[in-house]
Amino acid sequence: MFHFSNIVRTKGDPKIVEGGPSLKQPADQLARALGWFSIGLGIVEFFAPRRVTETLGMEGRETMVRAFGLREILAGVMSLSVDKNAGLWARVGGDGLDAAALLSGLTSDNPRKSNVALALLMVGGIAVLDYRAAQETKPQRPPPNARRKLYPNRSGFPKGPQAAKARAKEMIQHATAGVAS
Amino acid sequence: MKALVWHGKEDIRCDTVTDPEIQDPRDAIIKVTSCAICGSDLHLFHNFIPGMMPGDIMGHETMGEVVEVGPGVDGKLKKGDRIVVPFTIICGECDQCKRGNFSVCETTNRKKHLADKVFGHSTAGLFGYTHLTGGYPGGQAEYLRVPFADATHIKVPAGIPDEQLLFLSDIFPTGWQAAVQCDIVPTDTVAIWGCGPVGQMALRSAILLGANQVIAIDCLPERLSMAEAAGATTINFENESVLERLKELTDGRGPEKCIDCVGMESHVMASWPDTLLDRAKQMVMLESDRPHVLREMIYVCRPGGIISVPGVYSGFSDKLPMGAFMNKGLTMRTGQTHVNRWTDDLLRRIEQGEIDPSFVITHTVPLKQGPEMYQVFRDKRDSCVKVVLKP
Repeated sequence: MFHFSNIVRTKGDPKIVEGGPSLKQPADQLARALGWFSIGLGIVEFFAPRRVTETLGMEGRETMVRAFGLREILAGVMSLSVDKNAGLWARVGGDGLDAAALLSGLTSDNPRKSNVALALLMVGGIAVLDYRAAQETKPQRPPPNARRKLYPNRSGFPKGPQAAKARAKEMIQHATAGVAS
Repeated sequence: MKALVWHGKEDIRCDTVTDPEIQDPRDAIIKVTSCAICGSDLHLFHNFIPGMMPGDIMGHETMGEVVEVGPGVDGKLKKGDRIVVPFTIICGECDQCKRGNFSVCETTNRKKHLADKVFGHSTAGLFGYTHLTGGYPGGQAEYLRVPFADATHIKVPAGIPDEQLLFLSDIFPTGWQAAVQCDIVPTDTVAIWGCGPVGQMALRSAILLGANQVIAIDCLPERLSMAEAAGATTINFENESVLERLKELTDGRGPEKCIDCVGMESHVMASWPDTLLDRAKQMVMLESDRPHVLREMIYVCRPGGIISVPGVYSGFSDKLPMGAFMNKGLTMRTGQTHVNRWTDDLLRRIEQGEIDPSFVITHTVPLKQGPEMYQVFRDKRDSCVKVVLKP
């Protein structure tokens, strides 16, 4: 990758000779893949809901599929953002909704129930990945009740805050007197 | 040499890169002795500001020793000089530089055409801060090329540690300019949103400029304790209402002067619905900035007051209450810092012991630990306020 970026560097600017370790963890890569997958699936569901319902033998549920598509797109965008953890948890919740909707189509009179079963299996697999990625990308921020170091002695004024205030007052008086004279 | 290199969103690496070279007679090369991670570097870390490219070297708070000078530096610098590098690259000759408006120098942005398109007019070139401001390699590295080095430097004396001088490069003059822009008079209450490094400098500057009362607003106990140490009254917005508390502290009038040291990534809280909407819009690129602080300042500022904005905004902000802003007769002053306009005075204050900016440093680590420290600083782990890197 850096070989390409080196091509567009201004002549004379430093170019990468050897890349260092990346901050990205495998879970970040997984989150990214799931984000794009979510957007792809969402586009299909939103723009071709009829194809989806026909494949699953669940005709008449196009509006629901379209809504699910919108949800997938939003969760996908969120999973690709800096708030990826929220996006991944949204996907986990979405997997539950998908599973519930698919289960309602798993009836004996559905001629495509084998497709529904396959879809359920896929949702289960994806849900495991979503859950794993969500667990592993938890924000590292300390909890609100965590013990924090305090800095009560760091005034930044070597002579103390009171002396700094007095000095400021003195400067203002000096400036005012200068203007008056 | 080693340098911290941007590879994409949340991906900064300590890479080996080629050493910088003199490209222009006015260049100098410095051996970096100290550099720091700035809060505004986090906007790049999050890829919220457009114009970064993989391979860009980060960093705009740097100081070091001159090791090579071009023939056009004209005796202003020589090998061995100790300098702090201002984050704004200046020519010292254009009309704006002559007016002291160094951060809008008309010469130094080598990708001027991009900035002209985006901002209407180009601003100065900046170190390590996107290709909109020239795509200059930054100073989180072992060596740095300083373009227009005859003007772009602050010569500093030996005998004062790096830690006291390094912040002349950005956060100290930035906080100072934010306070100066407020035209502080001795009866003023100055309210400062955000107690990160710039907020800490701004509140101390407001005290040095004679404000009657300084109020610091944040939610992190360590930052609030640092603000209290300097004599500020603090508001923890997670525990109390900023609007009510400010009213209470100003007898219902509101602060005369308000300073936004937060910028485009304001805190998101469920109890502030506008922040949730901003975050959602920012995520789908319908809005580039989260201007909750600006909204709050406009609402709470005393009529006729001044709003000073050193916090970085990158593009578009929605739902700004312009009606209140206009009808209350407020004035807004903002801008990147005209660093060299202030540094003579600030250096003198450091030398005379009026202020010691090193109070803000909480972590000092080798350069190679830089990538991890971006995460620590972003997540406010280990009560981190300011990170200094040693190449």
